[in-house]
Amino acid sequence: MATDQAHVPAAGELTESGERRRDFIYIATGAFAAVGAATVAWPLINQMNPSADVLALASIDVDLAAVQPGQAIKISWRGLPVFARNLTQAEQDAANKVPVASLRDPQTLAERTKEGHTNWLITLGVCTHLGCVPLGAGEGETKGDFGGYFCPCHGSQYDTAARIRSGPAPKNLEVPQYAFKSPTSVTIG
Amino acid sequence: MGRLIAFLAPFAIGGVFVLALLVGAFMPRDAVTPDPTLALHKEAKEVSFQSDGPFGTYDRAQLQRGFKVYREVCSACHSLHQVAFRDLAALGFTQAEIKAIAKTNEQPTIDEKTGEPAMRPGLPSDKFYGPYANEVAARAANNNALPPDLSLMTKAREHGNRYVYSLLTGYANAPAGWKVPDGLNYNPYFKSINIAMPAPLASEGQVEYTDGTKPTVDQMAKDVAAFLTWTAEPKLVERHRTGFGAVIFLLIMTGLGYLSYRRVWAEIKYKTKKGEVASA
Amino acid sequence: MSFPWAKHYEPTTEVGKWIDSRLPLPRLIYDSVGAGYPVPKNLNYFYNFGVLAGVALVVQIITGIILAMHYTPNVGLAFNSVEHIMRDVNSGWMLRYMHAVGASFFFIVVYLHIFRGLYYGSYKPPREVLWLLGMVIYLLMMATGFMGYVLVWGQMSFWGATVITNLFSAIPVVGEAIHTWLLGGFSPDNATLNRFFSLHYLLPFVIFGVVILHVWALHIPGSNNPTGVDIKGPQDTVPFHPYYTAKDFFGLGVYFTLFAIVVFYLPNALGEPDNYIAANPLSTPAHIVPEWYYWPFYAILRAFTVNFLWVPAKLWGVLAMFSAILLLFFLPWLDKSPVRSNNYRPLSKLFFWVFVVDCLILGLCGGKPAAEPWLRISQFAAAYYFAHFLIILPIISRIERPLPLPKSISEAVLTNAGHSVEAARAAVAAVPQPAA
Repeated sequence: MATDQAHVPAAGELTESGERRRDFIYIATGAFAAVGAATVAWPLINQMNPSADVLALASIDVDLAAVQPGQAIKISWRGLPVFARNLTQAEQDAANKVPVASLRDPQTLAERTKEGHTNWLITLGVCTHLGCVPLGAGEGETKGDFGGYFCPCHGSQYDTAARIRSGPAPKNLEVPQYAFKSPTSVTIG
Repeated sequence: MGRLIAFLAPFAIGGVFVLALLVGAFMPRDAVTPDPTLALHKEAKEVSFQSDGPFGTYDRAQLQRGFKVYREVCSACHSLHQVAFRDLAALGFTQAEIKAIAKTNEQPTIDEKTGEPAMRPGLPSDKFYGPYANEVAARAANNNALPPDLSLMTKAREHGNRYVYSLLTGYANAPAGWKVPDGLNYNPYFKSINIAMPAPLASEGQVEYTDGTKPTVDQMAKDVAAFLTWTAEPKLVERHRTGFGAVIFLLIMTGLGYLSYRRVWAEIKYKTKKGEVASA
Repeated sequence: MSFPWAKHYEPTTEVGKWIDSRLPLPRLIYDSVGAGYPVPKNLNYFYNFGVLAGVALVVQIITGIILAMHYTPNVGLAFNSVEHIMRDVNSGWMLRYMHAVGASFFFIVVYLHIFRGLYYGSYKPPREVLWLLGMVIYLLMMATGFMGYVLVWGQMSFWGATVITNLFSAIPVVGEAIHTWLLGGFSPDNATLNRFFSLHYLLPFVIFGVVILHVWALHIPGSNNPTGVDIKGPQDTVPFHPYYTAKDFFGLGVYFTLFAIVVFYLPNALGEPDNYIAANPLSTPAHIVPEWYYWPFYAILRAFTVNFLWVPAKLWGVLAMFSAILLLFFLPWLDKSPVRSNNYRPLSKLFFWVFVVDCLILGLCGGKPAAEPWLRISQFAAAYYFAHFLIILPIISRIERPLPLPKSISEAVLTNAGHSVEAARAAVAAVPQPAA
């Protein structure tokens, strides 16, 4: 018995029924310890999720009254830039002319805006390639070959509906959840 | 020689320390005039709250009343900087109510066009701001006394909520011979007896309750003490609940651990104690 | 490790053998806390506190790393960031209370561990280095605990930092320079808070390292035991696993249950209300006290009230406080009695209990305001503290006549159980021991 490594436990031999009872208690103890450890692990992991104050900032109200057609503003939402762009009629027409089937991420302008507010293109200003902020929202910035946005990091080009047209980005600029409170103000998030 | 030094060193060092202490101990003491506030100071009154004890919870209706007292009375001078309006959901306020409450609390910001300091209506995500912009302003408005922030008051004083209740209901006339300086008030529950704050809850019905509770001074003091217990320890109920589960679980686990321990040792300790000799 | 009859690790699987010949970590664990470590079979519950202290350290490190993810070491933000943890971080209140209460529990466990060592003579040859390493751990714990308390940046944090760093200004000539150097300024400020945060994060890992050395030093001679008699052979020991792993698991269960009760129901019982007031450099609280685990030494610090032998009282206090800790390092050479356990030293046992009471009195005085009668009591108690180690112990160890020692651990165990020696020997023989 001393040389039998697989049979380490305690001393002496036990009867078969004793063995079973003993096993039950060991297993129950071990199971409780395992469940306890798992229960404690959860708060240790969950503490890294956003805290209550961060979640509370998750929705913001934005006033769009001052944005003229052809202009855009940048807003910070959850620490991310949001582009709110007042499209001119020409820009809307350009976006609508593109055959949807030819796009990498097929979406129409209407799907990317709110009904009755198709001139307001509100997207995250985060390139879907690796997260840089594309140019094109600020005054005087290049809008790229397709008149929308241009990401200087790896050369992704977005059109006037902020859809990906060329370059490495896989998706169109993401449209966040938002709702119009009045014709010129929105709640994002 | 070295050995002798090593032998004597502890006695010498020990002797010096002991002597230095005993000289101090036998030195006659100067007569000390007892602090007169000690004789007047009173321990917090015995009063119970629903949040007391291991199963304590918060009475939401009471917290709402207490919040009303804070808003209408205390907040004139006392800040509540650690608490956010969103936290009021725990008192049972709806999101719309919280928005409305937050709106009335002006928050400092900068004017978007000029960059000048400005004020904007509060949002649920904001914390309570004010009533004073800074400590200097607070002192200037209060005869050089600083009204402390109340967020953590019940944890920052012995006996917490009982202290707050006792202080609010403890104003009295000074006993004969006790001089209360001008601008101060007599309150034996306050640490230094003379308190700058005049009795804030002075008359019945000072705050109008909407839930039918009679707003006596005693009731208002109790309610605001309960509210301040919540502001200091908003997770109390969660803590009590989690603790209950944790302790029960640990007791069972420890019990099983004890049985395992007894079994592992059965052959060695307990059987030999009973005289039953196990054989291998 | 040094017992010829210790079980040997033999990997049974191919993977086990593969690892064992490359990085024998399983072997190390097997030999140190597994079946390969023979331990005296007569250890009582007081021997649980070593493992408990190790677990308490790990709990502090884990919760501490997490708190550091949310804490901000800046005088303008520190206090609010602690409240942010308490209010907004998911389960933050629980983690913060675990860390704060955990510090107290760590000290409780370590104090019991130290007093167990004192009673059973665990500091005596061949375990002097084990004892010295333990004292290093204790010193590091005191430094770590102090700096951690400052991080909250409440009133007690600030004034505790002020008072403790001012101790160094008592040193002649260079004291002021050291004081300024420690603070990085002329009062505790942002520089102080930042360095305390850095060191408070570093030191626990240093402690962890010294704990490994401590455990290593333990495994060379093996554990002491309540009889203090050396292990004579296989009949005196049982393998650490499963015997002491099972016992330690039970002890751990009791420990965590008590810990949970305090964390969830009395989280602020061991703290000071004043530390829930943000630090204010212009107003000192009426009654400054350190955390309870420093009270005995704080009492010694304050017990020196008169200048003596041209040395000012302030310097006496500081010297005495540090000496009170440092002289514990010399204990193995102050108590020269060859008998370890106080069970067989009637005179020493008596003074051990006097010393325990003395420490409790010192602790009580340290938590009270510096006024009579506490001051005078603490002066007598502090005098006894020094007399105990430097005068009484050296004398006792020379004049005392110890009781007859048992021949071996097994004999002691069995005669205690009230049995004939024959039956005892038979029982001993029945204990399975692996062939060497």
